[in-house]
Amino acid sequence: MSAQGTKGFLASFDYLDSIVEAIEELRQAGFRGLTAYAPYPEHHIEEALGYGKSPVRTFTLVGALVGAAAGFAFPVFASLDWPLVTGGKPILSMPAYVVIAFEMTILFGVLATVIGLFINMRFPNLKPIVIYDPEFTAGRFGLYVSADEERLEEARRIIDRHEPSALREDREGVHYA
Amino acid sequence: MATVTETERGALTHPDVTSHAEVNEDVLSILSRPGKWWWILFGLASAGVGVLAFSWGYQLIFGIGATGLNSPVGWGVYITTFVFWVGIAHSGTLISAILFLFRARWRQSIYRAAEAMTVFAVMTAGLFPLIHLGRAWHAYWLFPYPNERLLWPNFRSPLVWDVFAVTTYFTVSSIFFYLGSIPDLAAARDKARGLRRKLYEFAALGWRGTDREWHHFGKAYLFLAALATPLVLSVHSVVSWDFAMAIVPGWHATIFAPYFVAGAIFSGVAMVITLSVPIRKIFGLEKYLTVRHFDAMAKLCLVTGLIVFYAYLIEFFMAWYSGEDPERRVFWNRLWGHYWWSTWIMLICNGFIPIMLWFRRVRHSIAALFVISIFINIGMWFERYTIIVTSLSHEFMPFAWNVYRPSLTEMGIILGSFAWFAFWFLLFIRILPPVAISELKEVLPAPYRARKKQEGER
Repeated sequence: MSAQGTKGFLASFDYLDSIVEAIEELRQAGFRGLTAYAPYPEHHIEEALGYGKSPVRTFTLVGALVGAAAGFAFPVFASLDWPLVTGGKPILSMPAYVVIAFEMTILFGVLATVIGLFINMRFPNLKPIVIYDPEFTAGRFGLYVSADEERLEEARRIIDRHEPSALREDREGVHYA
Repeated sequence: MATVTETERGALTHPDVTSHAEVNEDVLSILSRPGKWWWILFGLASAGVGVLAFSWGYQLIFGIGATGLNSPVGWGVYITTFVFWVGIAHSGTLISAILFLFRARWRQSIYRAAEAMTVFAVMTAGLFPLIHLGRAWHAYWLFPYPNERLLWPNFRSPLVWDVFAVTTYFTVSSIFFYLGSIPDLAAARDKARGLRRKLYEFAALGWRGTDREWHHFGKAYLFLAALATPLVLSVHSVVSWDFAMAIVPGWHATIFAPYFVAGAIFSGVAMVITLSVPIRKIFGLEKYLTVRHFDAMAKLCLVTGLIVFYAYLIEFFMAWYSGEDPERRVFWNRLWGHYWWSTWIMLICNGFIPIMLWFRRVRHSIAALFVISIFINIGMWFERYTIIVTSLSHEFMPFAWNVYRPSLTEMGIILGSFAWFAFWFLLFIRILPPVAISELKEVLPAPYRARKKQEGER
């Protein structure tokens, strides 16, 4: 994002329709380096930015399947390793292992989901928060536009039409989303 | 454009909340003004934790003989209280996961507090197996680790299932709680200064609220809810199998899993009411926890309470219908025997008192709900006491029958466990926003310029 000649600016909006329309117009004009900020999950913004399916789902599935397999494999291994003969019951009592496998499915599924989420969100993101508006977690929406210097003015005109409540220029390109 | 014609979502759920920024101001201000009541309660809770430490220390030195546990009643108030707290833990994930999947909008106001309650309740419950072990320093034997003799736990035992279920539940509910709090920690960060800011900055892991973050976060949250939903139902089923797998009369019943799950949700929702009434009052959150929210929780209590009451009646019926003498005696003994008072407390508090929730006027009276919820909490503790103690004290062989009486040490630990829970919960309401800031905004009307203009012209 901080490549040569690419700089941007951050606009704050008080209204949802302003930012959504601004995103749509910018995307129509061919701008792609957009980062939107919102105080809560807003599907209108996601739609305007053209999001598809999140790859987190693959992590969840794989994690859950690994958990299920491990949840069966481990009791089987342990029971064969040290056979405990009780009451003439089979050494491999699969119905009893269903409970273990069930819990391990959930546990591994959840842990894999969190790993997938952090990878996809690029989390934890402890780089300094420089170009930002603390109101983004309260009531404001934000839009960071990064573009080549010659097109920055054009983006600026589109943004201005939607009356942002604040605008900050990023001269050094220090914005980290 | 579709955005402008969006309906006034949530106008009904929180009619007095006018803007998004207002939510942050109201909720975050709780973190910076503890007030007199908070300090008084925190002092009491800390003293109670001292009682817990002292009682447990005494028991560790003098051994399990410090308790009233003996043959045949080897499970007493420790296991009772363990089941009680695991049960309390169920409503948090129910509200945050199951009601999330059902898109029940009223959950937004209460779910963060309920989730915190879940985590702390599991932390409290988790103490009891350790306390009950006696030699608590051997607690790691519960886990299947490769020891020097390669001796593994018996995976056919429900007690081993319980270890897996409860540790999974603790891990998952903690993750759910923390992950859901990240956007709110960022909100706290953006308003805080000094050392608090540094701490929130670290805890929020650099959350900025960007589109990419929200996109993946929303999906992950959905999957977590989908995984947590069967987990909630499984955990108390597994706890119930600790009993139902044994052939002890009064325990060996197929109804136990659904009966325990319903009871867990019943007691958990009652505990959410018990906790949220004072929070609402002390911190002035009337705007966020409206009568409608309490009405919805009361209905949930009513439904699960009816299932529980039905299970009680079926238990008595099945004991009679089975024709088994020991089974019949145990249930006769429950009603009229040595522990009759415990059974009747359970029946009155969980079966009869919640009948009042059928009336709208009761459901809309916060004071009445608070009182009823406390009765339910008491009743649910005695339910577990009744199940555990009356059955064990009156098994098959008449010469083995005996009476159990909890010792002072056990009482101290039980009392201390409530203080331990209160201690963590009180810390929570000072450190984390007790109302989910970002999720609440999902049900509030979004700010539209088009609407603002219309209002201006009028």
